Amino acid sequence: MVRKAPEAVQVVKQRRDAALAALVQGVPYIRFLNITFDRRGDELTGVLNYQDQIIGNPILPAIHGGVTAAFLEVTAIITLSWSQMWPEIESGAIDVADLTAGRLPKLPKTIDITVDYLRSGLPRDAYARAVVNRAGRRYASVRVEAWQDNRSRLFAQATGHFLMPQKGQSPGE
Amino acid sequence: MTDNQNQAQKFIDALPHARALGLKVISLGGGEAVLAMPYNEMLVGDPKTGVIHGGAVSTVIDTCCGAAVMSHDVSGGPSATLDLRIDYMRAAKPGQTITAHATCYHITRTVAFVRATATDDETGRPVATASGAFTVGTG
Repeated sequence: MVRKAPEAVQVVKQRRDAALAALVQGVPYIRFLNITFDRRGDELTGVLNYQDQIIGNPILPAIHGGVTAAFLEVTAIITLSWSQMWPEIESGAIDVADLTAGRLPKLPKTIDITVDYLRSGLPRDAYARAVVNRAGRRYASVRVEAWQDNRSRLFAQATGHFLMPQKGQSPGE
Repeated sequence: MTDNQNQAQKFIDALPHARALGLKVISLGGGEAVLAMPYNEMLVGDPKTGVIHGGAVSTVIDTCCGAAVMSHDVSGGPSATLDLRIDYMRAAKPGQTITAHATCYHITRTVAFVRATATDDETGRPVATASGAFTVGTG
């Protein structure tokens, strides 16, 4: 039996990182909030890089609740989209050159999101990780947790439902 | 602009992120708030269509709900969000201002219950609706 030699490490990393960067940087609002993603294999961690303009309450000070909600929503959507794209990026069905040229897949649309605020967001970086509870052909349910100093002390969490993009047509139409 | 509205706008402008979004106070008082968020290309969630990201809609709704609670006679200071659920009905029309309208429909000494709606120019068809619980400031 002839086994294909595994790809070189830099080839694998370059492909995955380029695909992720294209997905994230294609969205102006994600750049506005300065949200970036760390990747370990297929696992993503959203990073809300601190800037003074994300403060909602200047007296405490605390991160704006709307920014926290947006950070959770962005992390949920990117994680969900990434989990759908991953097999196609790995198999070559999605050409990374297409992604970097701006031909991006449609993102899932938020149907609803419920955010629990557990602590006030401190004026420093925040992190979030999402778990896809279920992704069907049309709908998906995603849970997402956010923390700052300690992974086990969440400052917010959310559950959201999303409409999956349909191939060849706009969803919801 | 009335004095009251002027003061409310000053309060909103003191919140760095509300200022970053360019939020404008349309009316505020008696547990009700109306805030407007002008269209801005930085807030786009889908570059192909120019539709505003849901996260920006969440932020104007959250700010509006907090303002509604603070404007209630029973409230004595800043309010924090305990939970907020947002339902997205449709994409907002690119280029149009998003207006949020929040009503604090019940308040106790400790908790305020709020409902909100966000619309674009087509006011009869909401872009999003929300309901949430907020802490009541004790001053």
